[in-house]
Amino acid sequence: MAYNLKQEMNKAERFSPGQTLCAGCGAGITCRAMLRALDPGDKAVVCNATSCLEVSTFQFPYTAWHDSYIHSAFENTSAVATGVEAAYRMMKKKGKIDETYKILAIGGDGGTYDIGFQSLSGAMERGTDFTYFCYDNEAYMNTGIQRSSATPKFANSTTTPPGTESTGKQQGQKLLTDICVAHGIPYAAQTTYLGNMKDFHEKAHKAIYTEGPAFVNVLSPCPRGWQYSTELLPTICKLAVDTCFWPLYEVVDGEYHLTYMPKQKIPVVEFMKLQGRFKHCFQPGNEWTLEAAQQWVDERWEKLLAKCK
Amino acid sequence: MSIKDRMSGNEAIATAMRQINPDVFAMFPITPSTEIPQYFAQYVADGQADTEFITVESEHSSLSACMGAEAAGCRAVTATSSAGLSYMNEILYVVASARLPVVMAVATRALTGPININHDYSDSMAERDSGFIQIYSENNQEAYDNYLQAHRIGEHPDVRLPVMICEEGFITSHALENILLEEDDAVKKFVGEYHPENYLLNREAPLAVGPYGVSSYYMEARVAQAEAMKAAKRVILEVAEDFERTFGRHYSFFEEYRMGDAEIALVLMGSSAGTARESVDELREQGVKCGLIKVRVFRPFPAEELAAALQNCKAVAVLDKSEGFSANGGPLYAETAAGCVNMDKRPKLVDIVYGLGGRDFTVEQGIRVLRRLEKIAATGETGPVYTHMGQRDLREEVQ
Repeated sequence: MAYNLKQEMNKAERFSPGQTLCAGCGAGITCRAMLRALDPGDKAVVCNATSCLEVSTFQFPYTAWHDSYIHSAFENTSAVATGVEAAYRMMKKKGKIDETYKILAIGGDGGTYDIGFQSLSGAMERGTDFTYFCYDNEAYMNTGIQRSSATPKFANSTTTPPGTESTGKQQGQKLLTDICVAHGIPYAAQTTYLGNMKDFHEKAHKAIYTEGPAFVNVLSPCPRGWQYSTELLPTICKLAVDTCFWPLYEVVDGEYHLTYMPKQKIPVVEFMKLQGRFKHCFQPGNEWTLEAAQQWVDERWEKLLAKCK
Repeated sequence: MSIKDRMSGNEAIATAMRQINPDVFAMFPITPSTEIPQYFAQYVADGQADTEFITVESEHSSLSACMGAEAAGCRAVTATSSAGLSYMNEILYVVASARLPVVMAVATRALTGPININHDYSDSMAERDSGFIQIYSENNQEAYDNYLQAHRIGEHPDVRLPVMICEEGFITSHALENILLEEDDAVKKFVGEYHPENYLLNREAPLAVGPYGVSSYYMEARVAQAEAMKAAKRVILEVAEDFERTFGRHYSFFEEYRMGDAEIALVLMGSSAGTARESVDELREQGVKCGLIKVRVFRPFPAEELAAALQNCKAVAVLDKSEGFSANGGPLYAETAAGCVNMDKRPKLVDIVYGLGGRDFTVEQGIRVLRRLEKIAATGETGPVYTHMGQRDLREEVQ
């Protein structure tokens, strides 16, 4: 059935408004879109890493989640999901439930790329039947914008401040989606919030309804950390993909497919200049950082194209 | 009908697990508890248990997986030792505060460093304030019996707390001893089915677990948890009574040995009790009024009951098999002293740290401690209160 935004938006909401996420934050968009990708009638258990999302959506005695939800700690979400999935299989086996439950995990880049990577890797290797959504806002935002291994080169964070001796973060991003693919999982994808959310929806649905571990990496801008005006969120997402800073692709059983080819590849400075975290790159004497950032994007893009069918 | 057999503590615990047939077992290997999941893997491979057996990538994840499974509505178990237990530290607190009755077998082992694979209680004692119930075993029989009681204690609606069943690395975990096992059906009947009130996979009502508790709510949750730990005292005794009615073996918070008219006493835990009973017997033959108390339940700590049992003693030595680095004695001493402090007439107390990293404890050492207690009882002078016993150079020791 063809994707229809209106129809999707008419589905019953499974993530309540009134939670305390910032205006212009991507995490809430991820949650709503992730839950819309569930077939109506299917139930879910959401496993959430400690994050902005967790503290904003489940502040006792309120929860924004209509589905069952569990938060344990920062680094163990995939292991918790493994336990939930095992319990689900056991209860099915014993005939205690006949409903379809989907096990979803969600964490920020800190809880996914870094401290949660071990448990994510373990769950993928074990073949846990779950879908992991990383809302990647490219730094530890909940603790106040410290760099993570998802923070792009030259970004200003509170632990990579630019100064007379520094131009921000000196390392590039870890390519986590590719690392997940290397686990031999049946489905992995990168997406973000684009237009009518078709790309996100189709990938999320495919991920959730693929048996075995699936990983969806969602570029998820943060107005506090990236320093943009909240209404620019969709513009920034669009620029992220049109500059090829954040290519959209999916990997099905190890086969790479590009899902979005920009009509015209835009220079990455257009993406960077809307964000305060790259402000220092535009100062006199730092022009080389813009060139280096472009080079980094180009290299990554070429490598990806070579892998795509 | 009990079944006579012969096996190690690890096999005894694995047998108890097989009989209970938990829904989920998440494992990660570490000496000396590794055999428990190894035995269990074979039970699953042979169809003797239909548990979901998950081999995770760390102890942190084994307990995390247990948390997920238990919250989802299932019985979840694991086993670990030493560094593995330390690695779980963060999640021990999370599981306990989420009030999930996960049951964990711990083959207690020294913590690094230096690295050491033998027994002391430094691993479990480091987690004494995690919110887990802690029950300690003297031998394979107690490890088995304690394990059979664990789920009922933890799952009781007034408790809802996770439980550690502790045995001693190698001393209990690997030594083969005679044991009385109970029949599978009798065990299943005693332990019963798990019927949680709220759980993630409840089709009638979804559940949210693990909230952010701001200052205006956090304290109530912690107080409720503290009350649950207090309630566990009653439930532990109730389950022990039913266990005795069902299987004929008696358990309580602690075991008193020849304490009737004892004027001096040892307070200790675990397998050392077997040795120390010999020490007590030898001195009793010489007319010394001595006894010993073997503490079985450390969390919740039976402070009032222990103090009452010691009230007629003049001098008591607490034997601590872990070094707490408090510069004021080990954890068993601290708890015992706290229990006794408000008694009108209380014994002189000393603490002796011993047996670290598998160092032997001997009958002769037990006698030496009792002889020292005789002097303290006679003079009222404790001498150094906090000392170490069993070092390579005996000249270092207080006699």
